[in-house]
Amino acid sequence: MSHSTSGQPPRQSMMRTPLGRVRGTGSAKQGSHHWIMQRVSSIALLPLTVWFIFSLATSAGMDYAEAIAWIGHPLNAVLLLALIGLTFQHTASGLQVVIEDYTNQEWLKIALILVVKGACWLLGIAAALAVLRIAV
Amino acid sequence: MATFTLPKNSKITEGKRYPAPAGAKKVKAFKIYRWDPDSGENPRTDTFEIDLEQCGPMVLDALIKIKNEVDSTLTFRRSCREGICGSCSMNIDGLNTLACLKPIEDVKGDVKIHPLPHMPVVKDLVPDLSQIYAQLRSIEPWLKADTPPPPDGERLQSKEERAKLDGLWECILCFCCTTSCPSYWWNGDRYLGPAVLLQAYRWIADSRDEATGERLDALEDPFKLYRCHTIMNCARTCPKGLNPAQAIGEIKQLLATRGG
Repeated sequence: MSHSTSGQPPRQSMMRTPLGRVRGTGSAKQGSHHWIMQRVSSIALLPLTVWFIFSLATSAGMDYAEAIAWIGHPLNAVLLLALIGLTFQHTASGLQVVIEDYTNQEWLKIALILVVKGACWLLGIAAALAVLRIAV
Repeated sequence: MATFTLPKNSKITEGKRYPAPAGAKKVKAFKIYRWDPDSGENPRTDTFEIDLEQCGPMVLDALIKIKNEVDSTLTFRRSCREGICGSCSMNIDGLNTLACLKPIEDVKGDVKIHPLPHMPVVKDLVPDLSQIYAQLRSIEPWLKADTPPPPDGERLQSKEERAKLDGLWECILCFCCTTSCPSYWWNGDRYLGPAVLLQAYRWIADSRDEATGERLDALEDPFKLYRCHTIMNCARTCPKGLNPAQAIGEIKQLLATRGG
């Protein structure tokens, strides 16, 4: 019999020792790359996002031909592709952390992460294709 | 694991009220979480009215007075009554702290006392900390060195090396921080939590220890370490004024730099 303020099942129903449970399957020996990339992408996105918003603001009133020409400019196209790639990479890795935090069933966790990563990949490829069709 | 409601048998009901003795001058109400595993009843909140004129200054003094004079079944851990043993950690007025270091005067209105949050309860204010103790054991909190100590004495440290342990060695393992951490609430079965990670860094930062790489290997894990999102509840609640989040940040930095 045990009572919990957390809604977890009573621990006494498990006979495995606490140390055995805590050690579990051991360290994954990974995670630092994900952590570093989150920080690197957010730092890289700072100037890119400022540039993008500034460009949008100053391009107000452009007609279709001017907009095509702006996107087609090699510098703008390269920066747009970088912005697209980093934005979706950063979104996917950030949402992965949220899912890992809050989902409690392993199958649901894996399914949600795959859906998020798939959606980010497809949206990123679609956005990149749109820029490339104009620029190339 | 995030849950939004308490299970039926954990919902807290209104408990008994013990009025202050006649002639009490300075009355303060203590609303205390009670749960008895043998009764089969839901937890309840009992209200004890205490005359502060007849009571010591700290919340622990009031708890001891209640146990001695009002209800001897009130169950809580305590030992040193001076903030060094870490036994009387509990949630007082919404913040995890040590009952022996918390002045009753600091609490406006009724003094609400609960066990450390999100832990299984053994009885009343006594939480089951066996998982946290096992997590502490799992990081192997002892000196590991292949080099034998000098035959004529102890392992030496420079003053600078010793200074790196300041802000780490003071931890008394009361686990106020770990049980205040939402990441630990949701994923405590895998996340080690701030207190244990601070202890892990205490050995990583020790110049006499030779197992830094092995220790970092054991910590590099999306759940054991990287559930820390620098929420900072740990630093805010620590009754010793330590900053576990900073120690965790140091571990992440070391992992980042060794990866190149």
